[in-house]
Amino acid sequence: MSSRDDILASIRANLPRLERPLPSVPLFDDRPPASLLAVFKENLERMGGAFLDPPASGEALAPVRAKIAGAKVVCSTAPEIAGNRDIGGVGAPRDLADVDFAIVRASFAVAETGSVLLGDADLRVNALAYLAQHLIVLLDPADIVVNLHHAYRWPEFRERRYAAFHTGPSATADIEGVLIHGAQGVRSLSVVPIERAKSHSAS
Amino acid sequence: MSAPQRPSEAPIIHPELKAQDDPDAIVRGGRRLDHAEGTSKPLRTQPPEKQPRGAKIHGNRPIDQAEAAARFIAAPEHEKMHDERLWDLRQKRDREMHGIDEWEELRSLASAIKEHTLTHLDEYLDQFEANARSNGIHVHWARDAAEHNRIVHGILDDHGAKSLIKSKSMLTEECGFRPYMASVGIEVIETDLGERIQQLDNEDPSHIVVPAVHKLRTDVAEVFAKTIGTDPGNSDVHYLAESQREATRPLILAADAGMTGANFVVAETGAFVVCTNEGNADLSANVPKLHIASIGIEKIIPRLDDLAVFIRLLSRSSLGSPITQYTSHFRGPRAGGEMHVVLVDNGRAERLGLAEFWTSLKCIRCGACMNTCPVYRRSGGLSYGATYSGPIGLIIDPTFNARKYSNLPFASTLNGSCSDVCPVKINIHEQIYAWRRELVKRHEVPFAKRAAMKAAGELLSRPAAYRAAIAAAAVALAHLPRFVIYNGLNAWGRGREVPHPPRQTFHAWHEANRRGKT
Repeated sequence: MSSRDDILASIRANLPRLERPLPSVPLFDDRPPASLLAVFKENLERMGGAFLDPPASGEALAPVRAKIAGAKVVCSTAPEIAGNRDIGGVGAPRDLADVDFAIVRASFAVAETGSVLLGDADLRVNALAYLAQHLIVLLDPADIVVNLHHAYRWPEFRERRYAAFHTGPSATADIEGVLIHGAQGVRSLSVVPIERAKSHSAS
Repeated sequence: MSAPQRPSEAPIIHPELKAQDDPDAIVRGGRRLDHAEGTSKPLRTQPPEKQPRGAKIHGNRPIDQAEAAARFIAAPEHEKMHDERLWDLRQKRDREMHGIDEWEELRSLASAIKEHTLTHLDEYLDQFEANARSNGIHVHWARDAAEHNRIVHGILDDHGAKSLIKSKSMLTEECGFRPYMASVGIEVIETDLGERIQQLDNEDPSHIVVPAVHKLRTDVAEVFAKTIGTDPGNSDVHYLAESQREATRPLILAADAGMTGANFVVAETGAFVVCTNEGNADLSANVPKLHIASIGIEKIIPRLDDLAVFIRLLSRSSLGSPITQYTSHFRGPRAGGEMHVVLVDNGRAERLGLAEFWTSLKCIRCGACMNTCPVYRRSGGLSYGATYSGPIGLIIDPTFNARKYSNLPFASTLNGSCSDVCPVKINIHEQIYAWRRELVKRHEVPFAKRAAMKAAGELLSRPAAYRAAIAAAAVALAHLPRFVIYNGLNAWGRGREVPHPPRQTFHAWHEANRRGKT
């Protein structure tokens, strides 16, 4: 008998003979907040992330340009802003080890937790979001859902091979509870509110 | 809804630990950040104090948890810091709980979903396997720890892999995975900071979420000085964490394979989910070409709708954060990559058949029961001498070895706080008591405990005698000489003072005050 059959047979022999129906899970959305963006921003900051408010000039990417001005290696998968490392030319993930700033667009965000979802299609090379020193995420404010119940209705979880909620930067407090940003992955995560390019959504 | 109490305003157990200055604080918008297990207030001990080590292991002989706990308590700086940090996590958990109106409904849902899944475990594993295979994942099945280790070794051998980066997994601890890999010449590098500290110190994790919570910064400085060459005199936490990052990164980049555990497995999509704060699981999975995930068969849930319930509960219960920094969903190998899942039984199917204990399989390994437990907080996780410590350990460990872990169910005051905080509503304290009975029945318990259990059982079955005994015990506690209370038979009288008995029993108070008034 294979281990598989053995284990399944053992489970069947031991199954508690009890009636335990599967409950349906409500969406818990009967009292939505007035502003999803405000709640998202509040929770993102609580988790150590930064929200880059658009400057008075209205040029949403200006704070991003300021951040990356002094950086040696910038890798962007977002059409709105160019870097100097072409993600298309990356052979192995470890080729991204020297990236200072990665710039990607989030599939969507969750107000309840301050999370952004980054899927394999957004990242192109998954390791980009972890090997870079800093991560900048573009987010269309229209792409914020109220909570995780709504989030898990999005098609990304059935279509993408890899998708991860990022909520602030890599963090640890494993030594005496002292909070450190940049445990192994990115040292900072910044979210920039900027609408998706119209051509993108039309395609 | 009442306004939640902020942890910074919440009472501190050991005021002498509260530091006046807070140079490590990260402040945003006037608020001190405390996510990802960060303490909500600055704490400092008075080191140096030598780190107390864990329980002494003598083969199959019963672990003497009380002996190891006594040594932990004899190191007051360690004990106080441990107590304070875990209590801080518990308070942050409460803050999160008060922030969500539907908290209790989520707990009930989580419990019902898990009980449904466990009573249909064969069907959901079958569904997961079929979906995972069609996503391109290789699925393996391991009856026990030895088979798990052999399977992983086989996969690594097939790829000529000699080094493995991995994220924290209690299952691999359970399987003795690192010692096995060392014996076959494969280098394993833990990438979670706490787990890496423990690996470098050749010590087991003491807590399922915060593996090095029992160590002070000076202990870590000593370990790092010996192993990664840091300055032995520098115990600055930022310096230590950064040194570890710099030391581990080249190993991550050069590794031949990566390994993770899984927090949840979703049957309907054939995906598994890993939650970390450091992003180290994502590095382990996404940098090397080969990703192996070791997963206990009880981790399965039916649907994505169910996953939402568990993700909302996990980190809030665990660390008092709304979510972990990273929640990663793996549904198939990336282009050019290879993904393997090893589904491990290792006693779980058998546990399913234990009428009184099968619901312990609902556990999502959040650690909330440990953080709230007065015995755990004061004795340290290593005192249990087992993979799983704290209240959940007391009810899981005896299923692995009833003799070796026969003392563990007695390391509890049965106060029930563990059951109250459990996000999946496991009746932990009742199972602890049931294990005591079970072990007595199996003659795995020494005479003194057996006699006490027998007397208690007889007493509890006769309410009038129980009430008389409680009243008598209160009188006795107030008047008995100390040696009668704090003798060798009462292990939990050794490390603590027995509380002052109430002047009046509840029953007597009720008789005097409430009878006929309602």
